[in-house]
Amino acid sequence: MAMIEAKNLWKEYGDNVVLEQVNVKVEEGEFITVVGTSGCGKTTFLKMLLGIEQPTRGELLLDGKTFPDEPGEDRGIVFQKYSVFPHLTVLKNTMLAVEFEQAPLLGKLFGKKRQQAESEAREILQLVGLENALDRYPHELSGGMQQRLAIAQALMKKPRILLLDEPFGALDPGIRADMHELIQSLWKKTGLTIFMITHDLAEGFYLGTRLWVFDKIRLDAQNMNAYGACVTYDIPVGKTDTETFDDIDNSLDKSRKVLLN
Amino acid sequence: MKRLINRYPDRTLKLMLGALPFIIIFIAYIMASNARLEENSRDKLLPSLSSMTKAVDKLAMQPSKRSGEYLFWSDTESSLTRLGLGIGISALIGLIFGIVNGAIPYVRANLSPFITAISLVPPLAVLPILFIAFGLGELSKVVLIAIGITPFIIRDMQRNVMELPSEQMIKAQTLGASTWLIIVRVVLPQVLPRLIGALRLSLGAAWLFLIAAEAIASTDGLGYRIFLVRRYLAMDIILPYVVWITFLSFFIDYVLKTLSERLFPWFHAEDK
Repeated sequence: MAMIEAKNLWKEYGDNVVLEQVNVKVEEGEFITVVGTSGCGKTTFLKMLLGIEQPTRGELLLDGKTFPDEPGEDRGIVFQKYSVFPHLTVLKNTMLAVEFEQAPLLGKLFGKKRQQAESEAREILQLVGLENALDRYPHELSGGMQQRLAIAQALMKKPRILLLDEPFGALDPGIRADMHELIQSLWKKTGLTIFMITHDLAEGFYLGTRLWVFDKIRLDAQNMNAYGACVTYDIPVGKTDTETFDDIDNSLDKSRKVLLN
Repeated sequence: MKRLINRYPDRTLKLMLGALPFIIIFIAYIMASNARLEENSRDKLLPSLSSMTKAVDKLAMQPSKRSGEYLFWSDTESSLTRLGLGIGISALIGLIFGIVNGAIPYVRANLSPFITAISLVPPLAVLPILFIAFGLGELSKVVLIAIGITPFIIRDMQRNVMELPSEQMIKAQTLGASTWLIIVRVVLPQVLPRLIGALRLSLGAAWLFLIAAEAIASTDGLGYRIFLVRRYLAMDIILPYVVWITFLSFFIDYVLKTLSERLFPWFHAEDK
């Protein structure tokens, strides 16, 4: 059985159709990159995976059951911004997941348990390359380091699914390449199922195992929201070639132009 | 020549420019006072510095003949106690209700309209009710301050909680936090510095309510004294008291600001 399955899924806000007829299956351990024009439902789809939005028609299933209707610990998230807590140092940000679990009343650990949580956090921080910034606050970190912290924080919980919402969108190209390497190696080590939304088609072409393109097949220039988007390309990343790249790029360009005018 | 908006005074000049209005007011006062006293040496409206010093000396350094207290200091103590209690109670209520209102939609739906309505009641209009209900003692004065500033603090805290990025709330949930844990580990520590900010803004109002209550029914306190000696046109006491109250406000504000910067460095770094 597939881990995640969308069956004829629709999402509408009143007359505004965001997604239509989305049919996909995802196996455990896949790394899916999602590209598409803004306003084409990528983020809406991610929100459904998070549990903060529900489909209006059709079904979205996790292990054959309806998706949970609120965020939970089996699904980690890294947003483009605001994913880390500004009032906590790097180490404390990372320990938080353990403290939530082991101290349901105070949310703080003391003594031996605390030391254990700290060493656990240190290990993960080493994995993402933040071992030298343990006592710094997020505002003292660069954008790339903040995203590393957000990833470390999510990994502490050992989620089954990791959701990345344009995690590297605000980073410089050089740092972005480092982050690609990091996420790729973390994925190989942990066997997580990853969904990553990106603006950058090239990013989607070499990261992960599978590329989805969200796009509107039908476009009404008079009424942008009459038709929703669906998954127009669903291709394994190994098989991508320049021809497909140009193909996708052109089709995205076309809808982008229509949407912007 | 650079544009005016791009030109900055250096440190000394900045200090001097800042001090200038104070100096001008001071000199203007001395001149006006001298002019009036020259015409009529018994004029009470603009007392000379020496008579003000004498009056303060009498109140602050010599025990009162009637009670043996040093009135200036006992007035200050009573007023600060009332102010501190009023602000402290308001802070606590404001923090608790602000957080649950901001964080829990059901509580917000239930309480928010009520608090908005309460905040529109003019506090001084309910002062007689307080006097009737709580008597003329300390309680009614403290309650007046609390009624005056708590609604503002609650609403400000509620807004602050709601303005925390939703990403943070979602992230905390994916890390396994319950509503309670989100409140104690994510919301509370982040709104504490904002609470101090709200208290700083309410200080002026708190003093207003304190002095109003003391003026109407009290037997000591800074506000009581000012309104008592008004009967004798004792400007030589009123003016130093006003300066003293202003200084106390400034000092409390400064302490709160410094406290916030010490305790919450991450918050003030964000400002920059």
